[in-house]
Formats: sequence, structure tokens, C-alpha cells
Amino acid sequence: MHEASVTEALVAIAVEEAVSRGASKVNKISLVVGETTGYMAESLDFYFRAFTKGTILEGAKLEVAYVKAKIKCPACGLEFERKMFSFDCPSCGAQGVMTKIGNEFYIDTIDIEREGT
Amino acid sequence: MNERISVRRAVYEENDRRAEILHDGFRAMNVFAVNVLGGPGAGKTSTLKQIISRLSADSVSVIEGDIASDIDTKALKDLGIDAFQIETGGDCHLNAPMIEAIVAQMTLKKNGWLFIENIGNLVCPAEFVIGEDIKIVVSSTAEGSDKPYKYPIVFRKAAAVILTKKDIAPYVGFDMDYFERGIRSLNPDAPVFPVNALTGEGFDSVVAWLSALRR
Repeated sequence: MHEASVTEALVAIAVEEAVSRGASKVNKISLVVGETTGYMAESLDFYFRAFTKGTILEGAKLEVAYVKAKIKCPACGLEFERKMFSFDCPSCGAQGVMTKIGNEFYIDTIDIEREGT
Repeated sequence: MNERISVRRAVYEENDRRAEILHDGFRAMNVFAVNVLGGPGAGKTSTLKQIISRLSADSVSVIEGDIASDIDTKALKDLGIDAFQIETGGDCHLNAPMIEAIVAQMTLKKNGWLFIENIGNLVCPAEFVIGEDIKIVVSSTAEGSDKPYKYPIVFRKAAAVILTKKDIAPYVGFDMDYFERGIRSLNPDAPVFPVNALTGEGFDSVVAWLSALRR
């Protein structure tokens, strides 16, 4: 269930964009997904295929670019990716603080075709 | 011919827009809205009962979100609390349109409080704003001290963490230092309030903190 409602929202946005740009066909939707959102590409894809049936997006590919969460060390300034169950800096051992990198969730681009082009 | 168009639109934009309108409506009545998050069984409803018993009862409205069932709403109503139920019928979080629909049936308390108990889930409720001023997370010692490390978003977005079942911490191997360090990494300013929702221990501090936020 987790990905269902967000996939519905993303399909609505993509349909609106495609229609307003005069698309006759949509080839691909490129989505940027931060690690901390917890959204799984497989699940997004599953709901995407379900929700796009009968829309202009039917048959389009959903491409997901994952962004790893970044933690910044307040002591030495290192930006790093976390290990499981720890936010500690791998260089100096100080306690890292979560940055905004890894919170992304947006449609980046859409590949479309227009009638007669 | 394939043509790439730049969209750059956040998937949550429609929900966020409607949440902003809700928040404006709450603010116009000087209603302070608190979105209460936590896993199933963490003690969200018990926490609300303790908080509300320390506020003047006629200043409080509660929205209870559940996938199916209204036991929590009944329990609050039995205490004389103005409680309303949202049954999501399977959805794992509340969103702004659900709150719009229920608020339309309510009379909010001017200069009062609105507590919204979200679905018991540490994942998706964190992603949806529903018009609140703040989010608080209810986490119990029984769930374990690794919760901030496993569910970073919810702890990152919380204005405070209510740590319930503090009395059983020694029996479930709860490591307070590890728990607090996790929260500090995600959210350096959020206070952690260890409480016992059965006895009410620790809730005076919670309510003092909440009341101070309004001034």
C-alpha cells in the first residue's frame, strides 16, 4: 500500500504535464527518489503500471534515480553515507547530522512524442 | 521523435497545497494543530488522554485516524472529549483531503487545540502534511532504541519525541543513550520526554512545552 497513493499523485502530475504539452505519446517518466523516503522502485513500478492503464502514460517507462542520504559531520565537515544503525562520522567518530540530501521526491523530466513530429 | 521536457514537480505538491489552506484555516481561529505519529501500540491514544487531561477539556478537538475501527474515538468520547473518526479503509496514512472532509463536519474550538492521531505507522504518515503546526512522535521503550536509525524521516520531522513505557525500559533492554544520539543526529533541537502514560508521569513537562510553543 505504501507506494500506492504517491504513485497515483505522480501519475496525475505526469498526465497533466503530458496533455498540456500536447503529447501524443509518453515514452518515459524520470523520477528522483531520495533514500529516506523509503519508496521502492519495484513497488512504484507495479502501481505505475496499474494506475496508467487507459491513460496517455500507458506503456511509458518509469525510470527511478535514487539519491543516497548524506550525513554531515559537524566536527570535521565530512559528508558521508550512513552505515546501518549509526550516524557516526567514519573519519573522526563524531556524531553526524542528517542533511537534506536523500529527501528528494519529484518528477524530473518526461519524454514525449507529439503528433506530426 | 522523442522530446524531453523538464517537469521538476514534487509529487506531494497537491497535498501540500491543500494542507497549507487547512493550516491557514486553523490559524485564523488560533487553533494549534498537532499531528501525532507513532507505530501501532506505541501509546498514541494513551498519550493524548494524558495531555488532554492537563488542558481545559472544552478547548480540545481530536481527529482519530484508523485503518478500520473506532475504538480509540469511543474511548476518547467516553472521557467527554470532542473526538472525530477517520477510517481510511486501508490507506496507511492520513492526507490533507481526508482532514478537509472531517474538519467540514467539526466545530473547531477558537483559541484551542486540534490533535490529529495519525495511522499507527512510522513510514508514510511522515511524508504527508495535513495542516499541522507541529508533528510529535510517540515511540515506546518496548519498540527498541534503534527506531530513529530505522525510521529516520519521522524522527527528523518531529518537533518532540514522547518516549512512552519508560517504566519497563530496564526489562526490554532499552538503551536511552543510543536512542537519544539517533534523534540528535536527525533532529538536534527536538526534546525527548520520557513518560509513563498509565500513571501520567512526565506529562506535566510535555504540556508545559506544548503550551510554551503557543506563546
